[in-house]
Amino acid sequence: MDYFAQQAINAIQQGSIYALIALGYSMVYGVLTMINFAHGDLFMVGAFACLLIASFFPLPFIVILILVMLATGFLGALLERLAYRPLRNAPRVSAIITALGCGLVIENVVLSLSPYAKPMPPLFTVTGYHIGGLSVSTLQLMIIGVSIALMLGLDFLIRRTSFGMAMRAISFDAKTVPLLGIPLNRIISVTFLIGAGLGGAAGMLYGQAYPVIAASMGILVGWKAFVAAVVGGIGSIRGAVLGGYILGTVEVMTVAFLPSTYRDLVAYSLLLVILIFKPYGLLGKAPNQKV
Amino acid sequence: MNALEVHDLTVAYGDIRAVKGISFTVKQGEIFTLIGANGAGKTSTLRALSGMLKYGGKVVYQRAEIDGIAADKRVGLGLAHVPEGRGIFGNLTVMENLKLGAWLRKDKAGVAEDLERGLTAFPRLRERKDQAAGTLSGGEQQMLAVARALMSRPKTLLLDEPSMGLAPKLVQDIYRVVREINAQGVTIVLVEQNANLALKIAHSAAVLETGSISLAGTGAELLSDPRVQAAYLGA
Ligand SMILES: Nc1ncnc2c1ncn2[C@@H]1O[C@H](COP(=O)(O)OP(=O)(O)OP(=O)(O)O)[C@@H](O)[C@H]1O
Ligand SMILES: [Mg+2]
Repeated sequence: MDYFAQQAINAIQQGSIYALIALGYSMVYGVLTMINFAHGDLFMVGAFACLLIASFFPLPFIVILILVMLATGFLGALLERLAYRPLRNAPRVSAIITALGCGLVIENVVLSLSPYAKPMPPLFTVTGYHIGGLSVSTLQLMIIGVSIALMLGLDFLIRRTSFGMAMRAISFDAKTVPLLGIPLNRIISVTFLIGAGLGGAAGMLYGQAYPVIAASMGILVGWKAFVAAVVGGIGSIRGAVLGGYILGTVEVMTVAFLPSTYRDLVAYSLLLVILIFKPYGLLGKAPNQKV
Repeated sequence: MNALEVHDLTVAYGDIRAVKGISFTVKQGEIFTLIGANGAGKTSTLRALSGMLKYGGKVVYQRAEIDGIAADKRVGLGLAHVPEGRGIFGNLTVMENLKLGAWLRKDKAGVAEDLERGLTAFPRLRERKDQAAGTLSGGEQQMLAVARALMSRPKTLLLDEPSMGLAPKLVQDIYRVVREINAQGVTIVLVEQNANLALKIAHSAAVLETGSISLAGTGAELLSDPRVQAAYLGA
């Protein structure tokens, strides 16, 4: 029982990171119906930005987090402005290929600056607590707490603010949005900024949990979070969170109770089964339900 | 004074020339209607006026050329467009749709007042204010589209076939609302296939035929014109 509870904590930690990344895929899909395949690399940039900032300025954790989110956020918005906006009316496949290309460019720029994996120093002194047979570290609490706070903030933004209404309106019918005086491009830029910022935050938290970072770290994690977003229902915000936690749970529990090499096999088989029964994901809507 | 002056307007979709150089003026405070059959270019004309589409020619609004101005900025000038098919955001509530209509306004108190006025003018919308707009009937959606456009306090309202797909009773309601809005000083540009209805409330009108204006005059003149009667009024 203790073993299970311990694994549950690990699952929430892992799921939080997947959920944060999956949100970025889903938000961008919501406004542009495209998959930003550079998003995993923005996650990686978040980890490197954290390392860079922390090695020059001994700032408090929360300040570094904000700076990392701003840096990756602006990189995401820049990507949209320079690479995706000119392709807004091009076939979707061109935009997706461009995104893959942008991801490779980012990855290789980082690789040229940092050819080897780098150790990530801890940003605060981690202490462990033992409650019964259970051990929880301040790092785990920090990862889970920060992720949940960010997700609640996003939920508020999307449900309660004018920006959120405009973002949801775009996902329903983008061409009508300017007719209400709403600057479509600015809303899309801010959507990228937020999505990429969350991905960057996830990169920073991940770097604390697995403190060796490399230019290639965003590839696999990015793909997995993308799968999580699809399973949750791409375009759905709550779906992305749900998908992230499901994926984290399945992965951690598979490793806990089966040989660890089964992890991806079990995780992805299960996700494929979900998609067979719910082709638009758990909380996603069929596109023609719009009209 | 003229609210709108349109000079030699052209709209093309690739090789398809939808609007072939039309000119007309809309006077401040009047109801101007553009009638025409399917595919005549009515919607394309309105889309050009609101800046949704690139076009050729010149559009003068309130004495200023607005050709370089993007669609969202034109709303700020007081030019609102209720698009064909209504353009309701079905995933947002009725209230959220209305609030988005006031995007550019900073006067919170005025917005709250206008929201209240809109919900009073359309009691059906008040009953459904927290419901997803996609669950409204066609007539209710049309009401919402008009109410939403009014939230920007427009000086000129472009209306694309507000009667489309509605039962006769609802069409009457919508037309009554259009007249009331006009009576409050809003200039109306009304596009319709339903020529009889539109010409009856229009101060001036033009007939659009495959991208060109074939006839123009007052509403009453066109209503009694034998060519209009033969082609559009089934007489
Ligand atoms: N997006 C588009 N791409 C290509 N052709 C278009 C497009 N929109 C309209 N057209 C063409 O332009 C012409 C004018 O269309 P428009 O929608 O302006 O007509 P309309 O008068 O509004 O017709 P209706 O009464 O059926 O709404 C038509 O021949 C139509 O097929
Ligand atoms: Mg039309």
